[in-house]
Amino acid sequence: MTAEINHSSNPSKFTNRYTYATRNLWTGILFGLGLVGFIDEVVFHQLLHWHHFYDKSTTDIGLVSDGLFHAFSWFATIASSFLLADLHRKEAYWFKRWLAGVFLGGGAFQLYDGTIQHKWMGLHQIRYGVEIRPYDMIWNLTALAMILAGVLLIGRVKLHSFQPGDAKFNGE
Amino acid sequence: MGNSHSHVAGSEVNLQLIMAIPFLLAVVLYLAAVVVSNRQLKKQWSKVRSVLWMVGILCASMAIIGPLAERAHEDFAAHMVGHVLLGMLAPLLMVLATPMTLILRTIPVRSARRLTRILKSLPVQIITNPLCAASLNVGGLWLLYTTDLYVLMQQNIIIHILVHIHVFVAGYLFTMSIIYLEPTPHRLSFTYRSMVLVGAFAAHSILSKYIYAHPPSGISSAQSEIGGLIMYYGGDAIELMVIFIFCFQWYKNARPRGKVFIIKTPTHV
Repeated sequence: MTAEINHSSNPSKFTNRYTYATRNLWTGILFGLGLVGFIDEVVFHQLLHWHHFYDKSTTDIGLVSDGLFHAFSWFATIASSFLLADLHRKEAYWFKRWLAGVFLGGGAFQLYDGTIQHKWMGLHQIRYGVEIRPYDMIWNLTALAMILAGVLLIGRVKLHSFQPGDAKFNGE
Repeated sequence: MGNSHSHVAGSEVNLQLIMAIPFLLAVVLYLAAVVVSNRQLKKQWSKVRSVLWMVGILCASMAIIGPLAERAHEDFAAHMVGHVLLGMLAPLLMVLATPMTLILRTIPVRSARRLTRILKSLPVQIITNPLCAASLNVGGLWLLYTTDLYVLMQQNIIIHILVHIHVFVAGYLFTMSIIYLEPTPHRLSFTYRSMVLVGAFAAHSILSKYIYAHPPSGISSAQSEIGGLIMYYGGDAIELMVIFIFCFQWYKNARPRGKVFIIKTPTHV
């Protein structure tokens, strides 16, 4: 039978989040992507001045890709914050699922930036006037580690484990 | 050159005064509508909106008259600051001031009906479609900075004025096609609008970097680099505000209404 779940009662928190499990993940992915874009801009462009605004080696497709990701990462940061607020409002926030998304989104964007954008499209390098290989290694390994962390976290969260009458379902 | 400058100085002041008229008119008409409709409806129009309108008009006017506009003739950075004000910040502030709502509450009901019918018409629907408005907006800028239009604009006063009108109108149309504050007969989904928003924002960023690297004709590369940076980061700041308002509207719109949390639960034994 169907029943109305009371907002204030505890169990709803644990049932709503199953309903919004995918939304939790995507909210995290968008936030991770935005976060990495933000760190890239603030730390590497503005504070360290390692990244350059424009590199003469940049291909046209690189310029397009950069613009798209620049715009999308700003949008993703703000949109995912509102999505997160919406999940809280629906009492459906699920920290582990969200965090898994943050790692996945952040890692995927960083890997794309470090391989395709920096190397293939020649957008700009991580740093100029230094031996670039260790920087690239650390950059891309960090990205892979983040993706791995995201995948592992997803694996740890059981989506359909709860049964009626489960301790988890009852809010423990 | 200095000599000829002092000769035209008088006519230039006159020209500035003439150019100031539309802005003054916009402020006076808006405030008059506020006073009239407040008296008619015995309901106060938001003071915040009136202030937003006036600040918006001020931003737009700075690109056309006064010291910034003066400098824009020889200084590409000043030109770019003017364009960010005229094409992005002023439209945003003025959209937030909801002038159409104000007009509709001020004019007689019959005229308001007629106006609403025009707003619902196909041409208006097409021109306020986000995709169309975004193309007019960013497409116009691509034309301006990648063709000889920029040089023509500096030489011909008519083209100069037309370009500025286009930059403002296209910026306004684009902003109002994304952020719905006024009566909007044909509402489009948040998903569609967000895709156009990101696309237009991206095209703006790409053009900024393109200008940085490829100076428009008659502009030194040192100037185009500063201009490109101003366009890029100035655009960022204002797009962030647009995105924030857009997402906030989604958040309000998506609020759970009543008891929507009806999901399957086990029967209690």
